[in-house]
Amino acid sequence: MANYPDDLQYSKDHEWIRVTGDTGRVGITHYAQESLGDVVYVDLPKVGTTVKANEPFGSVESVKAVSELFAPVSGEVIEVNTKLADAPELVNSSPYDEGWMIVIKLSNPSELDALLSAAEYEDFINEK
Amino acid sequence: MSSELKQSPLDAVHRSLGAKMAPFAGWTMPIEYGGLVAEHMAVRTAVGVFDVSHMGEILVRGREALKFIQSVTCNDAARLADGQAQYSALLTEQGTFVDDILVHRFAEDAYFLCVNAANTDKDVNWLTQRAAGFEVEVHNVSAAYAQLAVQGPQAAALVQSLTTDDLTGLGYYRFRREVVIAGVPTLAARTGYTGEDGFELYCAPDDAERLWTALTTTGGATPCGLGARNTLRLEAKMVLYGHEIDETVTPLEADLGWMCKLGKGDFLGRDALLRQKETGLTRKLVGFEVEDRVPVRDGYPLVADGREIGHVTSGSPSPFLKKNIGLAYLPIDKTAVGTQVFAVVRGREVPCRIVSTPFYTRPKA
Repeated sequence: MANYPDDLQYSKDHEWIRVTGDTGRVGITHYAQESLGDVVYVDLPKVGTTVKANEPFGSVESVKAVSELFAPVSGEVIEVNTKLADAPELVNSSPYDEGWMIVIKLSNPSELDALLSAAEYEDFINEK
Repeated sequence: MSSELKQSPLDAVHRSLGAKMAPFAGWTMPIEYGGLVAEHMAVRTAVGVFDVSHMGEILVRGREALKFIQSVTCNDAARLADGQAQYSALLTEQGTFVDDILVHRFAEDAYFLCVNAANTDKDVNWLTQRAAGFEVEVHNVSAAYAQLAVQGPQAAALVQSLTTDDLTGLGYYRFRREVVIAGVPTLAARTGYTGEDGFELYCAPDDAERLWTALTTTGGATPCGLGARNTLRLEAKMVLYGHEIDETVTPLEADLGWMCKLGKGDFLGRDALLRQKETGLTRKLVGFEVEDRVPVRDGYPLVADGREIGHVTSGSPSPFLKKNIGLAYLPIDKTAVGTQVFAVVRGREVPCRIVSTPFYTRPKA
């Protein structure tokens, strides 16, 4: 299913992570961007910030609401998608590619085991 | 809980269109369909239609209807002719808002009030209590009406295309009863809550789907939800009960002094307004622009000179102006256009500037 690529892992807070070696690129899912509606602002941490699994690392705002972003894993933020400052709508149009948010250097890769596969995540949102 | 929520006669239609539904003022109503920004822009540039069937309707009739309306509303209903509508308010003894309302004059002995959904029962009770001593009857007729708001620069042409009645001469804040639109008898009022030209169409609940379908399918109006209604009314600086106005603020503080006709004779709340006018306002509703990309939301604190001076009553990105805007009550010395204040957003102080309002005014035709 194109909306939930198989090479990503998903959190129940509707973030995805694409792991490469000991780093993971993080964004929000198709379901999350669709629920939010038109994204107008993304508040992201600075490079060097430490984030903890399941804790807020920033926020994403649509016209009607602000929602917190939760880190799927713990680690250090080593890259931030600065494009989102000028083009927050990329979160809607390209949630898994151009709309990515941060890259985390994983401090505890075993946390990945708690995340969902694409099929499990789809089951999870279909039950909602 | 959801079983206690009232449903619009268009509930199934909204769901079939994929609307996001949410509880609103005791009803379950559509918040958006395809996307709030597209809906907002459709109203600013073309035409959109809103289901506002949750709004309440109250009929006041009897020999002393005018005298009664004059005693419980702050605007001057004596200025209304049959077929005219007026923005007004029910005030407490303290001059604060019981509700803001639209008064439509059917005849000197019959007035049709459109009131906020959440306040309908309160308003009916309020009016009924005060009707004692007047030769007048107060009827909650909300269940007899669905309401569709057709708004936007193309709204008038669209409504005209669906009726053989000639509506071209119907001016702003004028209405006509028994206008047949797409085969549906309506009360068509040239009023609205978006800052655009348009109509609010009242019809029987059983006819609502036929009217909606004609407006959206034949007429091509974009279905719009309450999300867009909120951003549109904010750009036009129209107040919302529970946000800008409630039983703690007066029309003078809400910058609605024009609506209070203190010279018309006695009415409930008049003495309090006169006293407030004499002593002067200590706070006033103002509009501000955020000088940052971060939106400022309802409830966020506003600070100046290191102390809290108020909070945001409504705040949002403005889809049309592409700025972040908001409304707030501020101490009178902070209300001049150009004054800088700061909104506290997640611990960060974000600069905001008081601007003249409304934020958006529709271009003159």
